[in-house]
Amino acid sequence: MMENLVIWPLAVHFFFSLILMFGWKNIKLQKNVTIIGNSVSLAVAIYLFINIYQNGTQTLAAGGWEAPFGIVFVSDLFAATLVLLTAISGFAVSIFTVVSVMNARLRFGFFSVYHFLLLGLNGAFLTGDIFNLYVWFEIIIISSFVLISIGGEKNQLEGAVKYFALNFMASMIFLTGLGLLYGLTGTLNMADLSVKIANLESRSLVDICAVLFFVGFGIKSAVFPLYFWLPASYHTPPSAVSAIFGGLLTKVGVYALIRVFTLIFIEDPFLQTFILAIAFFTIISGAFGALINNNLRKIFSYLIICHIGFIIGGLGVYTELALAGALFYLVHDIMVKTNIYLISGLIYRLKGNNNIKQLGNI
Amino acid sequence: MEVVLAIITGILYAAGIYMMMRRSIVKLSIGVILFSNGVNLLIFLSGRLKKGKPPLIPGSSDVFIEAYTDPIPQALILTAIVISFGLQAFAIVLVKRAYKVLHTDDLDQLNTTDEDS
Repeated sequence: MMENLVIWPLAVHFFFSLILMFGWKNIKLQKNVTIIGNSVSLAVAIYLFINIYQNGTQTLAAGGWEAPFGIVFVSDLFAATLVLLTAISGFAVSIFTVVSVMNARLRFGFFSVYHFLLLGLNGAFLTGDIFNLYVWFEIIIISSFVLISIGGEKNQLEGAVKYFALNFMASMIFLTGLGLLYGLTGTLNMADLSVKIANLESRSLVDICAVLFFVGFGIKSAVFPLYFWLPASYHTPPSAVSAIFGGLLTKVGVYALIRVFTLIFIEDPFLQTFILAIAFFTIISGAFGALINNNLRKIFSYLIICHIGFIIGGLGVYTELALAGALFYLVHDIMVKTNIYLISGLIYRLKGNNNIKQLGNI
Repeated sequence: MEVVLAIITGILYAAGIYMMMRRSIVKLSIGVILFSNGVNLLIFLSGRLKKGKPPLIPGSSDVFIEAYTDPIPQALILTAIVISFGLQAFAIVLVKRAYKVLHTDDLDQLNTTDEDS
């Protein structure tokens, strides 16, 4: 029981999303079940965090297959922190959804897909196998496609087309890098990869893989030249959905970047300069984008991009202090971004509008 | 054989990206299909091709004594095919819905999300 603790945050969400499918038509029941589910997952995440904080890193080999051969789930303090933050934001957003989103939108299995999204996020944070990371990413994006297009309004579908095209492309580029990396090393376990990559002769191929990974995760986390899908789509769904997207979806890309570039592709001066330059332009362009827009939620979308730049910058500097700062900032950023989108939802409720020119006297 | 497959992979990538960059959203979904097939072939090639060499250790020995076909890329492709099939199905439904609601399949017309409102 206890040795399987790492898998619990996944199991809880999976269980509840299956339960929710049985109450497909009954929205009132679904609302109650989703709140119970998120409370349970919050409790599990707190328990996991305390356990990891006291006892150190835990691993779980799926099916009892030993590390380089089977799929492992690893929970260190970083992963446990993000699982805890996912649970907190998931809980908050589920309550907000229950009271704010119209029932017409909640009909087509909204909460079931929502739990699948959280399942994918937890899986991406906890996995120790790079192909398994790809699978969790796919679960995240498929769920997010459904959540972004559910309701079927005009600008929602437009945003969904743009969001779909670029995120699909990102996944495929990530998968290309992954295939090349497997061809080079013959392993998929992240810890094993870091050992084998260090012993490889052909650094140029490793660099190509690194750049493919950077582009793939970069599109998902919205860094400078690759962010255009984000302001085009994040303001279209209901603000509860935007909140979970803005708080967690881009951050899972950043998490993957930090994992991959501190564990697998390390100590490369070219890549570090490259990442620093990207971070610089991300901060600048995000800030300018926020300045010239009038739609409140679009401003927040650009702020997400801007603040991703700060975290990537910490990765680019690549000292212990810089990475600690980046992680510290990441923790705050998840909370703050979820909150400001929820607040924009409240403002929309009060004023029926998100244009800051008409939002006086709140 | 590997050279032929490598060239086919290149063609599928190029065709997929080209189709994704066309203005019609129907072609976008065709690009999605071609691109994901290209990636699947690439993973298949990354395990190196060998004919008639099953990954079985003979009973008299504890380790592989000759070259064998790596089974992992095939398992990876199987997963990737299922996932990309789901994505393609979603893409086709999304394109159909978008055409119904927006009455256009031209990506250049899809600019209401960029307007300031």
